[in-house]
Amino acid sequence: MKVKIFFFIISFSFSGHLFSDDSQTKLLEIYKNLRCLVCQGQSIADSNSDFAATIKLVVQDQVQEGKTKDEIYSFLISKYGEWIVYQPTLSKNNFLLWILPYVVFFLGGLLIFFISRKNKQNKTN
Amino acid sequence: MKISITKIIIFSSVIFVLIIFWQGLKKDKNYDTKSLIGSKISNFNLMEINNVDQYISEEDLKKNRYTLINFFASWCAPCRVEHEYLLNLSNKYQQIKIIGINFKDKKNNANSFLKELGNPYDFIGKDADGKISILFGIYGIPESILINDELTVIKKIVGPINQIQFEDILKIIK
Repeated sequence: MKVKIFFFIISFSFSGHLFSDDSQTKLLEIYKNLRCLVCQGQSIADSNSDFAATIKLVVQDQVQEGKTKDEIYSFLISKYGEWIVYQPTLSKNNFLLWILPYVVFFLGGLLIFFISRKNKQNKTN
Repeated sequence: MKISITKIIIFSSVIFVLIIFWQGLKKDKNYDTKSLIGSKISNFNLMEINNVDQYISEEDLKKNRYTLINFFASWCAPCRVEHEYLLNLSNKYQQIKIIGINFKDKKNNANSFLKELGNPYDFIGKDADGKISILFGIYGIPESILINDELTVIKKIVGPINQIQFEDILKIIK
């Protein structure tokens, strides 16, 4: 029993050093972009749920295997659908979501342009 | 009557935003796994709970006309509720094989659970850390996946199997 406890303490104390700083950053970025499906508005990074813990294990494995972020997201999307990622990939279903900021930006620019032109005309009149 | 371009832009923007909100309200935001129906399961290797030398993979499931993959645990109360339906399927319908995957559970507890309620499974796999469950798109238990001999997901049941879902399974396999 003492031997088991000893090995547990040793493995626990080294568990934090299994990933380099780059890998830790990459892991955190991936966790933050993954939605916890059983939580209310939490990412995998924020959640301590059983589901989040399992997803973290799977992501850690895939990072250790050398998979890229996109490969990991694709894998999880194939299992849980697009809903699992906060930043979805561009598709015909969500293209509006992607172009909307640019449309609003363009319309805002037009609005400012016309208002300033009108003000100029009023001043000259 | 002269209508200024500014007013048209503001009016159009408001209408546009209202349409987006209206569409958003109509959309069901609850997560479901309907999108997985029709997809294929692949690449898994499942160890038998009582025999570390015995494994099952997707190739073995191709031999069955229909396979129901059921995730269960001894600590899961709803798993007890659905167990009678699993036993019924196992005892009366030869065309379906049932694979049980014991999720984050202790071997002894799982064996006691099956001894108490009966064993409906043709194979019981072990998923001690839950990683296997991710391969099947599971996010809570009990969950069941009905696949055919081409490994295509025909039905996915989230939560315990009830009478309606049991009858749905019968309609598919008959």
